[in-house]
Amino acid sequence: MANVNLTIDAERCKGCGLCVRACPKKIMSLSKTKLNSKGYRPSEVTEPEKCVACASCALTCPDSVITIVKL
Amino acid sequence: MADIKFKKTPILTDAILHYCPGCGHGIVHRLVAEVIEELGIQDRTVGVVPVGCAVFGYRYFNVDTMEAAHGRAPAVATGIKRVHPQNVVFTYQGDGDLASIGAGEIVHAAHRGEKITTIFINNAIYGMTGGQMAPTTLVGQKTTTSPYGRDEAHCGKPIRVAEMLATIEGSAYIERVAVNSTANIIKAKKAIKKAFEMQIAGKGFTLIEVLSNCPTNWGMSAVESMDWLEQNMIPYYPLGVKKCKED
Amino acid sequence: MAKKLMKGCEAVAEAAIQAGCRYFFGYPITPQNDIPEYMSARLPKVGGCFLQAESEIAAINMVYGASGAGARVMTSSSSPGISLKMEGISYLAGAELPCVIVNMMRGGPGLGSIQASQGDYFQATKGGGHGDYHMIVLAPSSVQEAIDLMQDAFDLADIYRTPVMMLADGIIGQMMEPVEFKETTKKRELPEKTWAATGWKEGCGRDRAVINSLYIENEELQEMNDRLQARYATIQAEETRCELYNTEGAEIILCAYGTIARICKSAIALAAKEGVKVGLVRPITIWPFPTDAMRNAICQDSVTSAITVEVNAGQMFEDVRLAVDGKKKVDFLGRPGSFVPTAEEILDKIKQIRRA
Repeated sequence: MANVNLTIDAERCKGCGLCVRACPKKIMSLSKTKLNSKGYRPSEVTEPEKCVACASCALTCPDSVITIVKL
Repeated sequence: MADIKFKKTPILTDAILHYCPGCGHGIVHRLVAEVIEELGIQDRTVGVVPVGCAVFGYRYFNVDTMEAAHGRAPAVATGIKRVHPQNVVFTYQGDGDLASIGAGEIVHAAHRGEKITTIFINNAIYGMTGGQMAPTTLVGQKTTTSPYGRDEAHCGKPIRVAEMLATIEGSAYIERVAVNSTANIIKAKKAIKKAFEMQIAGKGFTLIEVLSNCPTNWGMSAVESMDWLEQNMIPYYPLGVKKCKED
Repeated sequence: MAKKLMKGCEAVAEAAIQAGCRYFFGYPITPQNDIPEYMSARLPKVGGCFLQAESEIAAINMVYGASGAGARVMTSSSSPGISLKMEGISYLAGAELPCVIVNMMRGGPGLGSIQASQGDYFQATKGGGHGDYHMIVLAPSSVQEAIDLMQDAFDLADIYRTPVMMLADGIIGQMMEPVEFKETTKKRELPEKTWAATGWKEGCGRDRAVINSLYIENEELQEMNDRLQARYATIQAEETRCELYNTEGAEIILCAYGTIARICKSAIALAAKEGVKVGLVRPITIWPFPTDAMRNAICQDSVTSAITVEVNAGQMFEDVRLAVDGKKKVDFLGRPGSFVPTAEEILDKIKQIRRA
């Protein structure tokens, strides 16, 4: 479903991986190429078209870095 | 039309949390803040934060806050509530703060039926001071002051705070929840909301014990810590409502 | 208003209520139980709240909460209980919260006795709790003065955002004296408590309240300490009080506070009969200590020496010697524990000093 806009505030993300664990669609992972200014590997959505906007990732994120809008 | 499925609540400030990556404190802070937003009580809420990892809570909860001495949050909350009974007053305390040095204050706040809500974070360890044994540390669990594992013969078994406080007449709502999974996080928020509603209804003392993690001091990744919580803490600390005085 | 006979503890409690105190949190301990007992009966009748806490520690932290919420609040105790409150007092000082704490001193250390003592002078004036802080410490010498100082205690607390202690010995607490509750003539201007935590949201007309004593950055902690020290300097300049009795041209100066100062006055009368002029400097604020008045009285040419009289092993004695700075001889009369010196004993000491 490409009508979901999931944004991750990469700068505030601490790369803990709890969203990756929580995602039922297994479409999140920690970046293999990026580091934020604190040195964390921020979380990314690898296959956004598969996102169902269940918000599992956002609910489990300790740092409230995820925003989900259904278009 | 855009339908916002999830957005950070304005009852959390924009300050970046000082907690370690994957720490459950951030989740629980958000749940408390969301409940305050949903109940529309920001302008009459006063929070009391503890000594421990949540000592900087006043930077994050976008409400009037007071910083209490170690373990004394329930007494501070009592003072606030007695002056302004119309305020919604909550304390946010860890297991060293509440179950050890502040055991007297929490028992008596419950006993008086103090109309406050306590959010009690049980992560089985002292976080801020570097991973010492807490009254909630599991038997066999290694910490910096139980390097061979907690020995029951030497220092007893971990305290089950929710069950203990549920036996006290003045407590109105006591529930134990956990933040190890999305489903449990949703339940945790419901419990926190229920506790705040019971306080507002004047039912008495309310406490939500939240089983949480401490990846840094447990010595594991955030993901591993949530699994450890599920496999080791939940069996000893059963989840569920321990007390509900509805009438 | 007509005079009536009233016990010190009850008079202090009534004076607090008349000064606008509506919240009291305390714990039983002899010899001050009449204060919480009186409060428990009166406060509910005037729209206030009395709560017996589970401990002295809880009581002072309830005071912290109530004060942070903007209330006029007090607690009372006696020496061992005050020790327990010291943690909270340090936090109150650090968070810049006003409150009044009454200490009806008993003998120490440890459980000590339940008789009157002045053993807590160091604790009250030099800190007691941790960190660089002071409380304003008021030391009444009669039940009437305790009443009169109560309004000041609450006003000073609010003006300077600091805990204020009334330090009285158990005699003041337990004796009955004829007293009068006067209408307050001088009303002080009190600052609005815009810092109080009462519930906030954006646009409500003030900043979000954070009642706190944690300043994790060195610079911030320094700033807070500088603010406190500047305030203490103002308090020293503006609020130092003492009574000078018969000091002009005296040969010997007695230094005493509280009930003991009244015994000193009896000794001064006995000395006068023998033709010896003895004066008294009686600090009313023991912090800030009346250093200048003390030095000026003792360093007069007529004075040969001073005697500090206390019911302890010599605590204010140190402040008197610091004030005099070696310019005159300062002697000490007193015993730790609860033995209150008689006027005759003080006279004997005066004679002994004169012979020497």
